[in-house]
Amino acid sequence: MSAPGNDMRELIAFTSGGQEFCVDVTAVREIRGWTPATPLPHSPGYVRGVINLRGVVLPVMDMALRLGMKQTDPDQRHVIIVIQTGSQLIGLMVDSVSDILAVPVADIQQPPDIGHHMDRDFVQGIIPIDDRMVSLIQLSALFGFLESEAA
Amino acid sequence: MDMNEIKDIFFQECEEQLAELESGLLRINDGDTDPETVNAVFRAVHSIKGGAGAFGLDDLVAFAHVFETTLDCVRSNKIQATPELLKVMLKSADVLADLTAAARDGVSVDPSRTSTLVKELDAFAKGTPLPASAPAAEPVVAAAPAAAAPAPTDESGFQPVPFSFEGFDDEDAAAEPPQQDADGRSVFTVRFKPRSDLYAKGNEAVLLLRDLARVGDLQVICETEDLPAIDQLDPEGAYFSWLIRVETDKDEEAIRHVFEFAEWDCLIEVTPGADEELFSVHSDSGEDLPMAPVPFDLSMLDEEPAVPAEEATPSNVVELAKPAAAVQEPAAAAEAPMAAPNLPRAEKAIAAEAEKKEAAVAAVPAAPQTIRVDLDRVDRLINLVGELVINQAMLAQSVVENETGGSSAINLGLEELQQLTREIQDSVMAIRAQPVKPVFQRMGRIVREIADMTGKSVRLVTEGENTEVDKTVIDKLAEPLTHMIRNAVDHGLETPEKRAALGKNPEGVLRLTAKHRSGRIVIEIADDGAGINRERVRAKAIENGLIAPDQNLSDEEIDNLIFHPGFSTAEKLSDISGRGVGMDVVKRSIQQLGGRISIASKPGKGSVFTMSLPLTLAVLDGMVVTVANQTLVVPLTAIVETLQPEKADIHAFGPSQRLIAIRDTFCPLVDVGHILNFRPDLANPIDGVALLVESEGGGQRALMVDAIQGQRQVVIKSLEANYTNVPGIAAATILGDGRVALILDVDAVVTASRGQALSSEMTLSATG
Amino acid sequence: MKKKVLTVDDSRTIRNMLLVTLTNAGFETVQAEDGVEGLEVLEESNPDVIVTDINMPRLDGFGFIEGVRQNDRFRAIPILVLTTESDAEKKNRAREAGATGWIVKPFDPSKLIAAIERVTA
Repeated sequence: MSAPGNDMRELIAFTSGGQEFCVDVTAVREIRGWTPATPLPHSPGYVRGVINLRGVVLPVMDMALRLGMKQTDPDQRHVIIVIQTGSQLIGLMVDSVSDILAVPVADIQQPPDIGHHMDRDFVQGIIPIDDRMVSLIQLSALFGFLESEAA
Repeated sequence: MDMNEIKDIFFQECEEQLAELESGLLRINDGDTDPETVNAVFRAVHSIKGGAGAFGLDDLVAFAHVFETTLDCVRSNKIQATPELLKVMLKSADVLADLTAAARDGVSVDPSRTSTLVKELDAFAKGTPLPASAPAAEPVVAAAPAAAAPAPTDESGFQPVPFSFEGFDDEDAAAEPPQQDADGRSVFTVRFKPRSDLYAKGNEAVLLLRDLARVGDLQVICETEDLPAIDQLDPEGAYFSWLIRVETDKDEEAIRHVFEFAEWDCLIEVTPGADEELFSVHSDSGEDLPMAPVPFDLSMLDEEPAVPAEEATPSNVVELAKPAAAVQEPAAAAEAPMAAPNLPRAEKAIAAEAEKKEAAVAAVPAAPQTIRVDLDRVDRLINLVGELVINQAMLAQSVVENETGGSSAINLGLEELQQLTREIQDSVMAIRAQPVKPVFQRMGRIVREIADMTGKSVRLVTEGENTEVDKTVIDKLAEPLTHMIRNAVDHGLETPEKRAALGKNPEGVLRLTAKHRSGRIVIEIADDGAGINRERVRAKAIENGLIAPDQNLSDEEIDNLIFHPGFSTAEKLSDISGRGVGMDVVKRSIQQLGGRISIASKPGKGSVFTMSLPLTLAVLDGMVVTVANQTLVVPLTAIVETLQPEKADIHAFGPSQRLIAIRDTFCPLVDVGHILNFRPDLANPIDGVALLVESEGGGQRALMVDAIQGQRQVVIKSLEANYTNVPGIAAATILGDGRVALILDVDAVVTASRGQALSSEMTLSATG
Repeated sequence: MKKKVLTVDDSRTIRNMLLVTLTNAGFETVQAEDGVEGLEVLEESNPDVIVTDINMPRLDGFGFIEGVRQNDRFRAIPILVLTTESDAEKKNRAREAGATGWIVKPFDPSKLIAAIERVTA
């Protein structure tokens, strides 16, 4: 695989709640299998809890629930995408990782304004791949709740 | 290493010197009269000046110089270290710290801050000098009037004049040479007669002549008439003199410069012109070493250092005086007293001091060897040891689960591994242990500043500043301590007038103490002020709706209301002690360190704030419990005792509260699972275990958990690193099964049980 | 053979500056933090020349110089005093203690080297 140029973006695609999404590959630290999380009291429902990632206490978020879809009932097949945002590491629990994509920037379309908070806040763009549609996730919006409270 | 790195080192060193400076001044203030204390203070300022000069930090140099000059007067007993002077000096130390910080950050300091102090320091230095201060340099004045002239010391005139080596580069002579030939070159005659002191001080006539050869062309005549017969020859004596014709394009000054290091240990005369006839006799070869034309073997000079000690005659002084007396120059008379046995008083004093020093040298124990290590490396080591501890626990657990326990070799090995792991952990923790001294020292400044602002007179007394605690704890200690110190001076201590009226010493005392107690560090801040005004506190608490108007509270409970989140936030804070921060925030920040704080107050006598903190933020002894199928860790230090509740002990109290009877008192029961939102309904106390906990100021509570798994040391993992703080949870850890367990924040849970919802508690703390 | 310089100074900053300056000029450098250590290092390092500060803890420059001069092996070693003191009294005392010469801080590397070369063969 050749390195994408300036006009290309490399993305990791995954499915969550039956839909396909992607994030920039540079934000992904690793992908690992599901392990049961220790729940955190008084946390938003989409925060499944924390797991031990080689000594690091990693919070794990239910991606589907975060996007306003149905809560995931995790089992062995689910995976956690470990995302680095600033100095923090956060796990995204998704159904599965489907693909690594190299997409010309020009192919990334503006999401249509349909008023639903998922599209408005979390989706940065949509990408047509063959007959599929992959939504590009705006990571900063996903973790915005952390910054406001940690400040 | 480059200059930037050295500059970093300089600023690091400045911090150490500033700390040394402040603590020394405070000791002197407390009556320490050890001259070494003044010396250390002087050295600190001197060192900063020296380094600052090397980096061209002129503001810093200028101020340090004035400061140093005044300190030097104290050091030499020219002026007294009066309380007034010390006050100015402590302020100067603060300004010096600011100037250093400004230099480091490349900003400037308001010049008015320094100029006032400069004037004050200067006045002290000039104010009352003892008349006996001058004659120390007297005996040499005759020999070297120029060098002995007193250096100007006024602040504007400070300019360290580097010794000039221009003598041997081709610098233009400033003065008109007295005798020039057609090429603009002058001729001088130099008479150079070393005394034996010259050799004793590491100078070499040969090297001096070599240097002189760089000034101009030489013709040298060695005069040997003073050389005694071989049986009378002192191997360390100086018997030669040289007559040198110098032809140079430089001036007399350049010639004198060559002999500057040697000028007191030789006779040196420079006269314009030369007796050409005399020199023409000897001028067979002028290009070799200056010695070459002299028909005399100089090798004995070279061998001089090798002379065995025994040959140095005991009557050295007498021998030394001899050649000096033989010189037929008027200056000899002036030189003689230096070598004569009846030394001037100042020199005797120096000799006596040197002797004392030597004795001191013998007594000084070897300083422990230290190395400087990057904190990152230590932290990495600590993290790795943390992993090792977890891994060891996981290994132990899997051995138990696989029932390979039959093999005693494995068990023995595991036990040893556990032991070693513990030891490694303790040793690594010890690396990061630091005395609280630097933080305590910073408080001195805080006290001075706030005393100034409030017009109060305060003396800070510190004890136990060498008590050690993990660096991470120290770093986080400064902020709550600052608030508490401000609070104590601002609210605790009375004005000097009021104190005087009350028959107290107008100067209030603030006592800052650190000590180790049962595996924790305990820090006390005690003032001898008015104590808590319970009437006012109570009134305010009622006004803010914290307590009912008719509520019956003990004195202790009233005092502890000041830590209540709703208490000081409603108060209009003076910007000195508060800066918008109330004691509740101080309490929260101490709790976040796993610490506790309490207050004891006596009206009219003062208040004592006591905080107890863990020695490290890396590990914690905990009780591992089960709550609603989750594993939690409760810090062992919070637990007073564990109880197995009987049905008869449990009493309903109001709509949702339950009390448990413990001996003859009733203690509120707190269902941990419920309060953490792990279960919607209250558990039946009979099915679980109660942990009796003590929280700061809140009295005791019985925390209900489902079961106790055991006690163990756990490695503390921050939740904030990747998440955010979670109400009711202090931190996380990783247990032997590899899963994350949460560490309970006992005080937060207890506070929440008093009706304050956990989440709102969190919002309050987040505003701090 | 490289000339060996012993520097004695309690300031880490100055020690490092000396080290850099002397190393760049091709000297071998040994260092001590005060007079007491200076006398210890002196014995084992056998330097060609000494550069010392005056104001130091435990044993100051004057005491150190006297100590060196009392040591038969080193009583003729050149000793340069590195000091911010420009006043005559300090120089005087250093000289009485047995100093060979002095260099006033802040030092200029070229002057330091020139001074060392001037007192060493």
